[in-house]
Amino acid sequence: MRFGVVTFPGSNCDHDAYHVVKRVAQQDVQFLWHKDTDLSGIDAIVLPGGFSYGDSLRCGAIARFSPIMESIRAFADAGGPVIGICNGFQVLTEAGLLPGALLRNQGLTFICEDQHLAVANGHLPWTSLCPEGLVAPIAHHDGCYFADEETLARLEGEGRVAFRYADRDGNVTPEANPNGSLNNIAGITNERGNVLGMMPHPERNAETELGDASGAWVFRSVVRAFLNGEVGR
Amino acid sequence: MSVQAPAVDPRPGDPEITQALIDEHGLDEKEYGLVLDIMGRPPTYTELGVFSVMWSEHCSYKTSRIHLKKLPTDGPRVLQGPGENAGVIDIGDGLAVAFKMESHNHPSFIEPYQGAATGVGGILRDVFTMGARPIAILNSLRFGAADHPKTKFLLPGVVAGIAGYGNCVGVPTVAGEVNFHPSYNGNILVNAMAVGLLRSDAIFRGVAAGPGNPVLYVGARTGRDGIHGATMASDTFEEGVEKPRPTVQVGDPYTEKLLIEACLELMREDAIVAIQDMGAAGLTSSSVEMAGRGGTGLRMDVAKIPAAAEGMTPYEFCLSESQERMLIVAAKGKEHIVERVFGKWDLEAVVIGHVTDDGLWTVVEGDNVVASIPVDALTDAAPIYDRPHTEPADFAARQAEPDLAPTGDCEDVLLRLLASPNIADKRWVYRQYDHMVRLGTVVRPGAADAAVVRIPKSAKALALTTDCNSVWVKADPHLGTQGAIAEAARNVACTGAEPLAVTDCLNFGNPQRPEVMWEFVQAIEGMGAALRELKIPVVSGNVSLYNETGDVSIHPTPGIGLVGLIEDRKHAVGLGFPEEGQRIVLLGTPRPTFGASAYGRVIHDVETGAPPSLDWDAERALLLTLREGVSAGLITAAHDAADGGLGVALAEMALAGGVAGNIGRGLGAQVALDLSGDAGARERFLFGETHGCAFVTVSADDLPALLALAAEHGCAAQNVGAVGGDALVVTDAGGASLDVAVSDLRSAWEGGLTAAVGLDAAPPRP
Repeated sequence: MRFGVVTFPGSNCDHDAYHVVKRVAQQDVQFLWHKDTDLSGIDAIVLPGGFSYGDSLRCGAIARFSPIMESIRAFADAGGPVIGICNGFQVLTEAGLLPGALLRNQGLTFICEDQHLAVANGHLPWTSLCPEGLVAPIAHHDGCYFADEETLARLEGEGRVAFRYADRDGNVTPEANPNGSLNNIAGITNERGNVLGMMPHPERNAETELGDASGAWVFRSVVRAFLNGEVGR
Repeated sequence: MSVQAPAVDPRPGDPEITQALIDEHGLDEKEYGLVLDIMGRPPTYTELGVFSVMWSEHCSYKTSRIHLKKLPTDGPRVLQGPGENAGVIDIGDGLAVAFKMESHNHPSFIEPYQGAATGVGGILRDVFTMGARPIAILNSLRFGAADHPKTKFLLPGVVAGIAGYGNCVGVPTVAGEVNFHPSYNGNILVNAMAVGLLRSDAIFRGVAAGPGNPVLYVGARTGRDGIHGATMASDTFEEGVEKPRPTVQVGDPYTEKLLIEACLELMREDAIVAIQDMGAAGLTSSSVEMAGRGGTGLRMDVAKIPAAAEGMTPYEFCLSESQERMLIVAAKGKEHIVERVFGKWDLEAVVIGHVTDDGLWTVVEGDNVVASIPVDALTDAAPIYDRPHTEPADFAARQAEPDLAPTGDCEDVLLRLLASPNIADKRWVYRQYDHMVRLGTVVRPGAADAAVVRIPKSAKALALTTDCNSVWVKADPHLGTQGAIAEAARNVACTGAEPLAVTDCLNFGNPQRPEVMWEFVQAIEGMGAALRELKIPVVSGNVSLYNETGDVSIHPTPGIGLVGLIEDRKHAVGLGFPEEGQRIVLLGTPRPTFGASAYGRVIHDVETGAPPSLDWDAERALLLTLREGVSAGLITAAHDAADGGLGVALAEMALAGGVAGNIGRGLGAQVALDLSGDAGARERFLFGETHGCAFVTVSADDLPALLALAAEHGCAAQNVGAVGGDALVVTDAGGASLDVAVSDLRSAWEGGLTAAVGLDAAPPRP
């Protein structure tokens, strides 16, 4: 299975995603420049964290116009697996590949910290191997998930909430919500479940040297789903 | 002078050179006389500006230079010592580390967000200019009293500025210090350190060689920001006097990120001869320094510089401190490679001139020469001062240990010390910094005495710390600065590292006051003595003088940034008690004093007395025992005694306890110490400050091996207790002196900083 990690100007977690796909998930991986449009040979796409275009205008608002985004839209429409992490999630919402928006954190400051997550739907291509609770660090200034009531009801009703902010015992509580996200939402998918956006960084907790390595299961899940033919174009 | 300055006609429209204009440029009568001697004619307006910034304290080191020569700068690992953009040391396996620390004090006091942000940007450029990939940022911050009205504005601004820049460029901010003292009420300190990794055979330098080679300007456009920043940094603040000030520079971390990627990509091609950051004094100092190192000349046309504003004059182009700009000397015929790589990253790269062999620094505006100065006039011929220095009259009288009445309540003392802002939890600060990006941070902020950052594709890791207890330095600059080196070395040794090399950031008051100059000279001599004792060189640094408002000089603050090497990071440890049942061993012999201690300041509001003394044989024995004990896998946690003494050290180990190498939910301990004597002796033993001591944990099985290792190195070692329970209990022959629940320690420690400054507390730890 071959991953493509997109580098926008200002991406800064692209090397981290590349490292985890290659060394931890042990899959083939290559960087994709934001001006590339050819995705042939690519089986999964990672939109990494960072500050694409310096967060000018709004986080992700300019990156969505990068030439590669049209190809990624087609890739996703065809069922190819796509994950947007942190800034990558913001890009996906700006591009309309995922609903809702990421607003400024309720506490108004950047937060970088370990974060416990509860897996809200463990039957998705990106979550099927995940344990019930994960640790995935957050590192963002604009991670407060917002959507209108109707969208939120659909996301919940269709099982498209992938992860919620939780405490260390797995309880989804207001105290465990670091940024004010509605329904403690940390990650959502599109209708088909092949496109995942999440604010926490699973790649930052994929090796035992950096934590309990539970973040690695996000990547392993999609590898299994791909090899089983559950996702892919 | 080796070459003569040619005649240059004044540029139409430029102001006439008057005495008032000369005064405004900060050149005194003697210095201006020297300009006339060198030039053989009056300078043009642009030339006057250039002399002003190049001979400023900030750029010329005219006060500090003769003293800095006393520091050891050589060693088997040194690949590049002071004088370049950053120092470089060899860490084996064909790899090297570039690092430097620099101050951005004056701008940060005026505009904390941009001042701190551009400080981070500048130090990063110094490091990647050497060809290094930046892998870590540290910072050392000093604010006025926690309850001073300005602190509530300055602290969040500086922290947000560091976060806004460092997070965006994607370099983790992994460690640092945040301290408060009234001596900084009118002059805060913002010192930033950057660390980068490079191949030891691929070091880039700023040496303009090869006459005819093109000079390229790359990066952001030049605007009018920060003109005369270097001169401002060489001046004091006057209370109540609103002098016209240059605008503080504005940082753009996004452009910096592109610049990092473009420069590192370009360096993999065989296209460039030299590269230099445009820092203080902008285009002027970067081009002069490059030509000076190369023994060449440069000729540049300001009309070709990409401008951010209309109608900029040559004077403004030369002195602008616009950020995120670099100067590159390319190999002739390779300009197109520079242009291609920078074009890929949406950055401008423009040929603005070329290297010459005439020894002149020449600036033209189209066809007209506007400045032409012998390069060595701006570097070697800069004035050098041996300023008078005098021991303060009250120095001897301040050395006696203060006679402090014991409170008789050690628990209360411990809780008050933990809640005091200098010792309290700094999570409110570091959770705003991305300290994990790049996946290198194996030991995170707060989890150990130094941050541990792994080296990719290697078993090695770097241990990084900054240190300076400026109350110790104020009390005795010579001994206090030795103390900063000793503590920095202990900090990295506690994670299992060998201390390799130092960068220094020397923040002092007005050197024209003989007592301040004495502090400076004493501090340098103390630093040199300590570095020689430990055989550690200083490879880079920065001097910031005139940190003074009204008559108040800051406490002398020679900040030390230290890089240590862990050969095999498998055993690297943190400071928290790892698990129940581990034995606790006190390494070293405590020699506690109340002199210049946190106990004195927090409990008794007394700051006098000599700082703790040093026994270098004992210090070396401790460093070796720590390093070898950790790398042999015997020591499972280590923490040195620093601010607040042995009592606070134990409490900090309990607070971080429960997880090896990270911050847990807390874990208690029972410790028996030999606290003979009365209540006063007991409080001194627990809270007095001492060098040469660390607590470590070890499994019961490994205890004999650790004690044998310590004995082999001549390091005192006592088995003093065991980890376990929910409370920190310290007993002596007379019973319990301390019995505090870890949860009580936690509430004091976690809320201390925000309560003292008046900020919203961070939510509980996840």
